[in-house]
Amino acid sequence: MKSIDWARNETLVFVVIVAFCALAAISDPNFLSIPTLTDLMRNSIVLGIFAVGAMVVLVSGGIDVSFTAVAAFAMYATTVLLRDLAPDLPWPLAFAIATMIGAVLGSINGVLIAFCGLPTLIVTLGTLSVFRGSLLTFVGTLQISNLPPGMRDFSRWMMVRGTNSDGSFYSLPWAFAALVIIVAATWFILNRTMLGRAIYAIGGAPESARRIGINVRRTQFFIYVFVGALAGLAGIIHASMARISNPFDLVGLELSVIAAVVLGGARLTGGVGTLTGTLLGVALIVLVRNSLIVIGIPSTWQSVAIGVLIIVGTGLPAWQAKRAEARET
Amino acid sequence: MMGRILQSTEGRLAIITLVVFITMSILAPERFLSPANLTSMAFQFPEFAILALAVAVAMLTGGIDLSVVGAANLSAVVAALFMSQFAGTVADGGTGTGILLAAIALSLAVGLVTGLFNGILVATFGLPPILATLGTGLIYTGLAIAMTGGSAVMGLPPAVAWVGNGTLLDIPVPLVIFSALAIALGWVLKRTAFGLKTRMFGANPLAARYAAMDTGRVLLKVYALCGVLSAIAGLIVMSRANSAKADYGSSYLLLAVLIAVLGGVNPYGGYGRIVGVVLAVLSMQFLSSGLNLLQVTNFAREMIWGVLLIGVMLINLLTFRRKS
Repeated sequence: MKSIDWARNETLVFVVIVAFCALAAISDPNFLSIPTLTDLMRNSIVLGIFAVGAMVVLVSGGIDVSFTAVAAFAMYATTVLLRDLAPDLPWPLAFAIATMIGAVLGSINGVLIAFCGLPTLIVTLGTLSVFRGSLLTFVGTLQISNLPPGMRDFSRWMMVRGTNSDGSFYSLPWAFAALVIIVAATWFILNRTMLGRAIYAIGGAPESARRIGINVRRTQFFIYVFVGALAGLAGIIHASMARISNPFDLVGLELSVIAAVVLGGARLTGGVGTLTGTLLGVALIVLVRNSLIVIGIPSTWQSVAIGVLIIVGTGLPAWQAKRAEARET
Repeated sequence: MMGRILQSTEGRLAIITLVVFITMSILAPERFLSPANLTSMAFQFPEFAILALAVAVAMLTGGIDLSVVGAANLSAVVAALFMSQFAGTVADGGTGTGILLAAIALSLAVGLVTGLFNGILVATFGLPPILATLGTGLIYTGLAIAMTGGSAVMGLPPAVAWVGNGTLLDIPVPLVIFSALAIALGWVLKRTAFGLKTRMFGANPLAARYAAMDTGRVLLKVYALCGVLSAIAGLIVMSRANSAKADYGSSYLLLAVLIAVLGGVNPYGGYGRIVGVVLAVLSMQFLSSGLNLLQVTNFAREMIWGVLLIGVMLINLLTFRRKS
């Protein structure tokens, strides 16, 4: 067995999660139960898909803040399209449409970043407001609570269903499988294909990557299309699960998602990041958002807690790196 | 002559500002050029313009400050809580001028502390500025929420209104504050050793360190300055809203970053001029007031801002490529 590397973010986040759960279990014995777990899993679906996309961008050395606007656009435009043109479309086709819309919007980021060479933060800040602004200007501002039947079918499709001892129900929708599939597919791309290795390579050192013959522009373009597609899918899943399509939803989540990814050990400078870490980061953020009150901290302190986690989670490795550097020179 | 103007970012920006102003004047002649509209613009833009100055200073070092809105609201909430606690207990003629001055000092101190905290994280602990200020932004907003329970702090003494709504020699006070800050900041960045070091560090941090510059001190000062500027913006927002709340001006963060970049500040550090930021602020304000008068929705405005940001970046890129 390998020895545990305590300096890794993954270990740190895992320890914090275990400590959090232990504290919560002490103050509320009902905390460690299947409903808590299914709640946690359900709330991780959309955030998790976003986080996988955000991680791939961070690994490549960029940052994307526009994915929530892409998701909102794809979600709402698909709902409107289905409602007005094809109300009886089955859900897989609706999901495919949303994913396509996401990919198209992502390709706009891709062109500006990969082929025009503009800074990623600025481009995605700009497209965030362009996507959101054009959604609310041209597509609509009213929320749709009467979803097309296909999306309603999906929302009723449960993987696990059960009754608590007190008679209340708990369930886990099949949407969770989407997260599992996406994680598996992304793992495969990142670790088993040349494309994946190229993503890590351009994040580590773009110039070296170019010299060993990696097509940096094409790889970057792929990344932003991929993230857009994931965001589109996350958007439509969000609407199906919430059983409402609200164009004002999702935007504003982007910094929490990036926080989760960074907590999981991905570096803003690129080249470093794992899916395990990302999922642990998502779990921690979801725990803090849902269950802070269980360990006796009022929910008004939620953003303070997340902020402190970000600072500590990124500060420790940064400080260690700085001290290591100081020792060398 | 024209060629030289077009070659500099600020020159192009001045032309854009002028074009926007003239277009709006032609599209809505009576309303856009009316004294009422011009005055209301002068009251509106200083609060986010000051935040943009703060972001621009951080960007000069190659960093960014995403906590400006959080810091602004936190210092405003502290000032407002202080005033609502002590208003009426101090004998100063009932308008609360004395208590206002104390509250201003207090909020500037809070702003300074928030900025120093950012500076310590970036300079001493080596956190990437985006993450450090993303985290502290959440902490500052969170503290403001925790202090107020999320609701607005009201019941401020009457003197507070002067900061955001008063005039000084017929000039709106917020505009006076912004102009003073912009001129002072422009002078500091251009004429003092601190300004030179800030730009040098942004251009090449490693070279700056090899030149025996105390880079930690420079960063600490830069972020402290951002914090104080944020607090001033927070005071203006508080005065104009006659209350303080943890989530006021949440759209200002994007706007401030946008203005700084639009103003020609290089997000990688090293280059940026205050005059560019001022021109960017003016063109944004002309554009948004004009669109408002033409009854364009807020959402379309947001979209146009985004298009403007990317458009200006592309133009800058094309001219840069042609030069090199």
